[in-house]
Amino acid sequence: MTRTSRLSYFSLYLLWILFFVITPVALIVYQSFFNLNHQFTLQNYRDYLSSSVYLRMTLNSFIFAFLITLLTLLISYPAAYYLTRLKHRQLWILLIILPTWINLLLKAYAFIGIFSQAGSVNHFLTFIGIGPQQILFTNMSFVLVAAYIQIPFMILPIYNSLVDIDPAIINASHDLGANNVQTLWRVIIPMSANGVRSGVQSVFIPSLSLFMITRLIGGNRVITLGTAIEEHFLTTMNWGMGSTIGVVLIIIMFITMMLTASRRKGGVKR
Amino acid sequence: MKRFGIFAVIIVLISVFLGLGIKSLNQASGQGNADKTLTIFNWGDYIDPQLITKFEHETGYQVKYETFDSNEAMFTKIQQGGTAYDIAIPSDYMIEKMRKAHLLVPLSKQKIVGLSNIEPEFLDQSFDQHNQYSVPYFWGTLGIIYNDRYVKASEMQHWRDLWQPKWRNSIMLVDSARDIMGLALVKDGASMNSTNQVQLQKAATDLDQLAPNVKAVVADEIKMYMSDNEAPLAVTWSGEAAEMLANNSHLHYVVPSEGSNLWFDNIVIPRTVKHKKAAYAFINFMLQPKNAAQNAEYIGYATPNRLAKRLLPKAIREDKQFYPDQQTVRNLQVYQDLGPTWVQRYNDLFLEFKMHK
Repeated sequence: MTRTSRLSYFSLYLLWILFFVITPVALIVYQSFFNLNHQFTLQNYRDYLSSSVYLRMTLNSFIFAFLITLLTLLISYPAAYYLTRLKHRQLWILLIILPTWINLLLKAYAFIGIFSQAGSVNHFLTFIGIGPQQILFTNMSFVLVAAYIQIPFMILPIYNSLVDIDPAIINASHDLGANNVQTLWRVIIPMSANGVRSGVQSVFIPSLSLFMITRLIGGNRVITLGTAIEEHFLTTMNWGMGSTIGVVLIIIMFITMMLTASRRKGGVKR
Repeated sequence: MKRFGIFAVIIVLISVFLGLGIKSLNQASGQGNADKTLTIFNWGDYIDPQLITKFEHETGYQVKYETFDSNEAMFTKIQQGGTAYDIAIPSDYMIEKMRKAHLLVPLSKQKIVGLSNIEPEFLDQSFDQHNQYSVPYFWGTLGIIYNDRYVKASEMQHWRDLWQPKWRNSIMLVDSARDIMGLALVKDGASMNSTNQVQLQKAATDLDQLAPNVKAVVADEIKMYMSDNEAPLAVTWSGEAAEMLANNSHLHYVVPSEGSNLWFDNIVIPRTVKHKKAAYAFINFMLQPKNAAQNAEYIGYATPNRLAKRLLPKAIREDKQFYPDQQTVRNLQVYQDLGPTWVQRYNDLFLEFKMHK
């Protein structure tokens, strides 16, 4: 490959980044400095920081995103670990990817059918004598459905990093006297940390701004920043305030990326 | 790599095939002829499709029917002006907003036949005085739906009844700031268009007290939930109610007599119009009593056309749930466009209520 052709490939990539990443972000930042009357102002930020409603909403988003991420991680790590030891790995991976091909809205509606008063879970609870419970519109159902939707995005990176571990290293660990728990804790988990990090990133960040599920499953009893953005853009048409919350989300996103970025020094080196 | 190539070729072939198919279908139905078309921008499933066919046969115009799911989405699309919509059907407050944004074309009355078919009390509304820009299409109310398996009719006649401690975790509210704030205002006799800080604050505080009774704040899904007996009570619009009542015979709809919202969806000609003659032909077509009646029977909303109402079956015409008596109608209030600052205030208070546990 010649230098010029490499340069032209690179410029194509640069153009893509310019039009579809930098420009939209710049537009959001720009919009966030305008009030309803299209005057330049810092009022949106002042409103955001002085409003207990928005701050509480931000805290809510954080707590829910944290719970969703924790739950997906707790389910995904063992799942990914066992996947690496299975015979027909490709098939099992396909089965995990398969649900992501189905539209999010359809999945949410399916859960409405499962969780509603006349749904299958309540049928079962009635059958075993507990009686129907309110499952929809609770925090628990929201976290469960959100975790269900995010699980494939957590399993895949963890699985990839686990598969990359050379079996010889695990054998070596056993030969040197480590038992199973020690091997897992001292060898496997540190070596798959990169997969966990990118899994956490790709689950935590979208979870901060979930909005469709907050209404469909949470019945708007769960309010996150996503709900507020949707409202500002679609109902009140206050694009300035909507963008301000968008900027806040982008900042949180960067902080999350920085905190979970892989550390180069020490630790895992290959 | 080879298999990938075959795959790509198959995809391209299917696309080309489908593209050619669409083109030939369009030509067969004459949509290639741009001069004899009419582009209608309306809510989803908001006209009897047979009427479109009938209109095409009678006038020779080809109808292109596009849909939106919120007034705001429609506003943005017409403002951007990308598509040449000849007819749009927005709601009351949005007509006022579009007029202020110069997005509407004034109607010339001599081209309209049959405006006198409309009930006089539905004409000359505050959002469009003298009907300079719009012709009523459907009207309706905001009200309470109850399931008679859990709620007695006598227990649910007024907005205040929703606050009874008995209905803990039982009510579904429609996700609309103006409507929910509106019911909290009107229950104390305040205007649903109030811009009085004290009244608004009182309404918001009262709503916070309603929070324990609220099971969920949802949108279209209300229809499904109520039909499936998920909740005993809901607050929503008459049009949605009509559909639920058709699905579940235990449901009933009440418009509290102390006052509620009266809403309109009116036909307007937006600034993007390209085929004015066709637009007027459509307005006149929909004003004909027979067509309006057919549409009302299909959609289930209340028609403002008094001649059309006479053509409806007695059971529909005399249904107090959807054609309330004069006394109630007199207390109904139409939303005004309050301007962005107040709309924001209503929505902020509503959002605060949604977050209240």
